[in-house]
Amino acid sequence: MLNTLNVVRLLPELILLVTALVVIFVDLYARRRTALWLLPGVSIAGLVLAFVAAFAQWGAQEVVAGTLAADSFAFYFKLVAAVTVVLVILASVRYMRERTRFLGEFYAFLLVATLAVFVAVSATDLITVYLGLETLSIVSYVLTGFLRDDKRSNEAAIKYFLYGAVASAIMLYGFSLLYGLTGTTDLAEIARRLQAGDVLANLEWVAWPAVILAAVGFAFKASLVPFHQWAPDAYEGAPTPVTMFLSTVSKATGFAVMARVFLTAMPSLGEYWMALLYGLAILTMTVGNLIALRQTSVKRMLAYSSIAHAGFILMGLVAVTAPAGGHPFNGLDGVLMYVVAYAFTNAGAFAVVAAVEDGTGDATLDNFAGLIARAPFLAAAMLIFLLSLAGVPPLAGFAAKLFVFAPVVRQEYYALAVVALVNAVVAAGYYLKVVKQMFFVEVPERPAFAVARGMRWALWLMIIGVFGVGIFMNWFAFMSVRSAAGMLGL
Amino acid sequence: MILKVVFLLVSLFTVGSALMVVTHKNLFSSALFLVASFFGVAALYVLLEAEFLAVAQVLIYVGAIATLIIFAIMLTRGMMSGRTSPRNDQAAWAGLASVVLGLVLLYVVVFRVQWPVVEKPVPPDTIEQLGRALVGRYVVPFEVASVLLLAALVGAVLIAREKEV
Repeated sequence: MLNTLNVVRLLPELILLVTALVVIFVDLYARRRTALWLLPGVSIAGLVLAFVAAFAQWGAQEVVAGTLAADSFAFYFKLVAAVTVVLVILASVRYMRERTRFLGEFYAFLLVATLAVFVAVSATDLITVYLGLETLSIVSYVLTGFLRDDKRSNEAAIKYFLYGAVASAIMLYGFSLLYGLTGTTDLAEIARRLQAGDVLANLEWVAWPAVILAAVGFAFKASLVPFHQWAPDAYEGAPTPVTMFLSTVSKATGFAVMARVFLTAMPSLGEYWMALLYGLAILTMTVGNLIALRQTSVKRMLAYSSIAHAGFILMGLVAVTAPAGGHPFNGLDGVLMYVVAYAFTNAGAFAVVAAVEDGTGDATLDNFAGLIARAPFLAAAMLIFLLSLAGVPPLAGFAAKLFVFAPVVRQEYYALAVVALVNAVVAAGYYLKVVKQMFFVEVPERPAFAVARGMRWALWLMIIGVFGVGIFMNWFAFMSVRSAAGMLGL
Repeated sequence: MILKVVFLLVSLFTVGSALMVVTHKNLFSSALFLVASFFGVAALYVLLEAEFLAVAQVLIYVGAIATLIIFAIMLTRGMMSGRTSPRNDQAAWAGLASVVLGLVLLYVVVFRVQWPVVEKPVPPDTIEQLGRALVGRYVVPFEVASVLLLAALVGAVLIAREKEV
């Protein structure tokens, strides 16, 4: 068997694993002063190499070692994950230096988390899906509780862990129903057997439990209402660079796995899971936005806003179709566009929060007062990210919203479209509250503060990303449509 | 017939112990009931003619994990005696909701679904097949599991370390 294993296809994963181990060893032997720049340097180098190695998967369509797919869909998410984690590392250089002395473990854990994402987004077998998600979860719990002397970080980690353990167990129960019904864990094989006569007769009773229970695990990762309760506490208590990771890469992984499992294994159960996701989408965006309105901490407000955005991403999956000729607006490409736009935008917003925390000690709305006078670059960056979150053209958020609204309207889900529109307006309201606080509230007695160099680079890259996705929408759309096409069997 | 009675007894034992794990007010007693429940699951594996799984269950869960849990409880201050399982005033409602949902699910899964049955005897070389699967088709999940364990190990040390001075 091993001689048929195509190791080149596994190169990105292997590179990440080796880099994580190297980082731990460098941390053991390097002096503190060297380690401060060497650890993030090695980590970023590993991510860039893995990113380059992953390019071989663009356009491919094969299964490696039985349980991993090398295809454009997986490649797309790997690209988003690698780029975002590089930004997270840049943003965490100073933030983590001042808060913990276990830097080697921190960067190694970020790399292992990326590895878990790589495995999860390309998994074509329920067992690999579970192991990918579980590795990601366990690493995320530790990263969330990384600041052990900070009570909020501890509380966040324990809440995240308890929810996560239960969600995993429920998801596994759903998987076991699917396995019992079809006798296989391979996604494509499950789809085939679900069509077979003896299974079909039983389907009307098992379909709902199997779909709902499996969806619980994915919905937990993607923080959809009502599986979101962990998210605000985890996002607020975790070190802010970790929040950047959780709210973008980890969430995107939930959507990637959800899309692959539902589209590959259960296309014949489409009416069940689409109905479920339709309800979840409406619930998620409405609840997320309504609670976000009332927050006084910007970090917590962004946490709820990020729950609401998960509802928007879900719209794409609800309206998924396979139009002839591989035209855009098939729904799944909306999910992909939203994920990349959202990664830059939301990671950027949380990065500004991290910088403000660094400069002023906390991230309440009050800390943002008169930011334009104290840290003009941060205020300008935050303005761009907030406008993008609100969906203003020509920024990334606009392109993303366009690609999830279009398929929903095309499918004539008008109720969903109207609810989403109202929610987009409500969200713009609380984003503007922060803008007002930054630009129009004057607090003369507060000192100005500087932004760390790594953070400055990360912010510039994310600003370029936000403009880039918005302006070169065509190119990203092309990528998304191509990546989605393989998954939809076009 | 005898097999059915044995199955029923073993299942009652397993579920009963599991129930005690979550309802007992002392954490240490809960851990001991957990051991009993693990044994019950091992007996179920034997009834399913999965001897290797049964042995692995006893070795890993009863032998290693239960011991570890008991050690962890013994080494944590104030956990050995008295009322140590946390409980809040939502327990009754949560319990009711879980029982109702669980019964509905069980009704559907047990009485409404004709599970497809493979009417073949268990092959004699299951262990060999299992070994081949782990280094063949399931080599990637197998290795990912080891990464998971490594991460969990490092993470546990990191979180449970002595307080810095």
